[in-house]
Amino acid sequence: MSYVPPSNLHDGGPAAVARRLPAARVLLIALVLALAAVPLLPAFYVTLFNNIGLAALVVLGVVLLTGVAGMTSFGQAAFVGTGAYATAWIASASALPAWLAWAGGSPWFALLAGLLVTLCVAGLLGVLTLRLSGHYLPLGTIAWGIAVYYLFGTFQSLGGHNGLANLPALQLGAWTLERGEQMFYLIWLLVLASGWALHNLLDSRSGRAIRALNGGQAMAASMGVDVFRAKLAAFLLAALLASLSGWLYVYTQRFVSPTPFGVNQGIDYLFMALIGGAAQLWGAVVGAGLFILAKDWLQDWLPRIFGETGNFEAIVFGVLIILVMHRAPTGVVGWLSQRFGPGRTPVRHPAPNAPAAALARRPLPPRGSTVLEARGLTRRFGGLVANNDINLALHAGEILAVIGPNGAGKSTLFNQLSCCDMPSAGEVRFHGRSVAGWSARQIAAAGLARTFQHVKLLPRMSVLENVALGAHLRVRPGLARSMLRLDRLEEARLLAEARHQLERVGLGAHAHVEAGNLSLGQQRLLEIARALCADPSVLLLDEPAAGLRHAEKQALAALLGRLREEGMAVLLVEHDMDFVMGLVDRVVVVVFGEKIVEGLPAAVQSDPRVLEAYLGACA
Amino acid sequence: MDSQIALLLGQDGLTSGAIYALLALSLVLVFSITRVLLVPQGEFVTFGAMAMAGMQAGKPATLAWLLLGLAALRLALMLPAALRRRRLPAARSWGMLAYAVALLLLLRNLPLQQLPMAVQALLALAMVVPMGPLLYDIVFRPIASAHALVLLIASIALHGVLVGVSLLMFGAEGARSEPFSGNGLALGAVTFKAQTLWVIGVTLGLLLALYAFFNHTLLGKALRATAVQRLGAELMGISTAFAGQASFALAAFIGCLSGILIAPLTTLYFDSGFLIALKGFVGAVTGGMASYPVAALGAGGIGLVESFSTFWASDYKEVIVFTLILPFLLWRSLTTRHTEEEA
Repeated sequence: MSYVPPSNLHDGGPAAVARRLPAARVLLIALVLALAAVPLLPAFYVTLFNNIGLAALVVLGVVLLTGVAGMTSFGQAAFVGTGAYATAWIASASALPAWLAWAGGSPWFALLAGLLVTLCVAGLLGVLTLRLSGHYLPLGTIAWGIAVYYLFGTFQSLGGHNGLANLPALQLGAWTLERGEQMFYLIWLLVLASGWALHNLLDSRSGRAIRALNGGQAMAASMGVDVFRAKLAAFLLAALLASLSGWLYVYTQRFVSPTPFGVNQGIDYLFMALIGGAAQLWGAVVGAGLFILAKDWLQDWLPRIFGETGNFEAIVFGVLIILVMHRAPTGVVGWLSQRFGPGRTPVRHPAPNAPAAALARRPLPPRGSTVLEARGLTRRFGGLVANNDINLALHAGEILAVIGPNGAGKSTLFNQLSCCDMPSAGEVRFHGRSVAGWSARQIAAAGLARTFQHVKLLPRMSVLENVALGAHLRVRPGLARSMLRLDRLEEARLLAEARHQLERVGLGAHAHVEAGNLSLGQQRLLEIARALCADPSVLLLDEPAAGLRHAEKQALAALLGRLREEGMAVLLVEHDMDFVMGLVDRVVVVVFGEKIVEGLPAAVQSDPRVLEAYLGACA
Repeated sequence: MDSQIALLLGQDGLTSGAIYALLALSLVLVFSITRVLLVPQGEFVTFGAMAMAGMQAGKPATLAWLLLGLAALRLALMLPAALRRRRLPAARSWGMLAYAVALLLLLRNLPLQQLPMAVQALLALAMVVPMGPLLYDIVFRPIASAHALVLLIASIALHGVLVGVSLLMFGAEGARSEPFSGNGLALGAVTFKAQTLWVIGVTLGLLLALYAFFNHTLLGKALRATAVQRLGAELMGISTAFAGQASFALAAFIGCLSGILIAPLTTLYFDSGFLIALKGFVGAVTGGMASYPVAALGAGGIGLVESFSTFWASDYKEVIVFTLILPFLLWRSLTTRHTEEEA
């Protein structure tokens, strides 16, 4: 089975290549060519571009952390400082204690030490704050940023407030990188390499998990994503990029002092990301460039206009940032692509020529065996009893419907069955095991997949990528392999599975549309495809037919019928009685949190208690 | 350390703790109503302190010019939309401009240096408090429904602008105002400094007033309703824009008052407010950005820790204060069940 990497060649044949060379790639080539020519400029500009590159490296991390994953850190400058001080301390062999003298001056050892220390500190901060809600990470990083700034200033072995000066030049093997233009190539090589790695990461299984963090955490957890781990990964990557920038900083400036690593600089990095456009990797380079050029220009011109007193560039900068937030909160790159670009188009994943190997499937339990069971399930919210002593059992190869008027407690029941909520009393058993204390992720890994009453998807990701999130646990390429593009075989198998499930629910033609552009009915079908992608043995569907047209409902009923034939167990909550009664094997009726009837559809329909619940007392 | 020093440090700690608690309260208030983390809170503190010190040193009240500028800016920003509707901007905006002009004229003609301290404090509040709603209208109201991150960035940017303006207005020299009253109070062996008593007394009074405001007045209840559920409150006819202005006015009031209170205790510079407010923020976060009493307690604790670490390890004072939150974060992360904030 040969794997052909997806590329534009498969879209329209060689003749179309020239036309379809994406604008981003043209831009990238132009950028690299322009960059290569920078060292021909006067030294002043080379220094400026070195600074832009150093900042862009940090801002790439901010884009990943803030723009993509939706977390805010003020401590990036402190991580730069960690990397820089570790490097400076090791590079200036005089400051080293005797037992470390052997490592003195080694840039590789310095890089390793900087990254390790950063990893430890960021790891500690991450473990402490990332399980908590949004404000603890900014706070933790602010506190760390301030604390570390004062630490750098008070440690005499780190030079105190005067810093460490006269550091040696970077010696890589036989090369000595002494001059600015030599560092320039190294800095920008690392910027481009990091950008490439992050680009690869975002277009992979781990990257989709990170992208799901911004607004889709509960859904991602139900798809088996380890939300905490994904957050930690994004945070650590951003911190490591900052630390790498610190390493380069030392060899570019040959001097460190605490000043460039304070909280204000941490805020500057955030500004750069927001100015450039925090949602795109491009924004990092554009933002760092604009910010540093504008700052340089303002520092040059403002004193000439207003005189020397006062800190005018801080005022002008603040006003500019506020204007950007008012007029273009998506940043310059976001604004440009909205105004002049082809509109936002999600990454396309064309089907490869050769079919990818199918993913391994879970053996389904024997037909008729009990797969999911609720025993005396009770859920109280304060004084309200949403579920009271509910018992039900779901068997392999059957479709069971839970019906009831609005507010009967059906969704509460659903959330407990899928471990999104914990019962106040009673227990849920999955394949004969109690799931007490399990997380949504654990039960997803054990083979339960669900959809949501209020559709939960990532509106700006393509339909295909949304569905692929469902298969998160079925392949396991890690972060590093994704960044280096070594995950393509697994990725192709995963996307082939997603494509297959999309076709099954009838959305095959919409694979490359932004998920937010689908109609509500189609979004529900997308959720079903996503759940099927997880290869579940039990499928929980919350109002799957709501918002679907008649033909779509028939197709969905046919699909559910086929799944039943294959031996899957399906539990659905639904209000459309025609849909339910023609399809399901058994019906459970819940009213005011209590199960009142369970039985065959026909028997339930004529049951007087059910009629009373739905239509009021009938004489 | 003997008990005398401990008592002294405890007093200092309680004094700054009380200030941090006030700031923590107003940060929680503004955050819960507008979702804005009010980073510029510290600038209101600076303004209050500098206004007092400036008046006592016989300097012109430059803050009144800032107020005038902000009032004019808000009016100018409202003009295009108003002209499109062929109407003049709301009377309120003209009123604010007239108020700013009147205040400026008044301040230029009063013998500021000779006025009683209470009048000076009132004038300082009269200059600083209206800036709160003005800044809300100019900076935050146009993006009131934006992503919380956008609000945060705008808030940080505003902080940068105000610090820059502050340097322009007050210069780089520090300033300190005169104490409110002379002698302290001797209780047995313990002598309480007069200013400490003032700070703690005013803080307690303000806390009681805020408690009464939020529990027993319609306006206070409307603000609380907005904090609990913005959309629901709006559907009940509570204007969220008004709630935003009111919360900013309260924040400016509390900030300015804090500045007036600490101005005699410590020399403040044009940018000192930020670090002070940041400690209030740390206190606020210990209350989970939601609980007022816990936030106040946390802020008080930070004041005490700061004061004692000044004695034992003054070089590491800030390090100790800010790393103190790590064990606290550990405790939170072990006891809190993960809850997602949907953006």
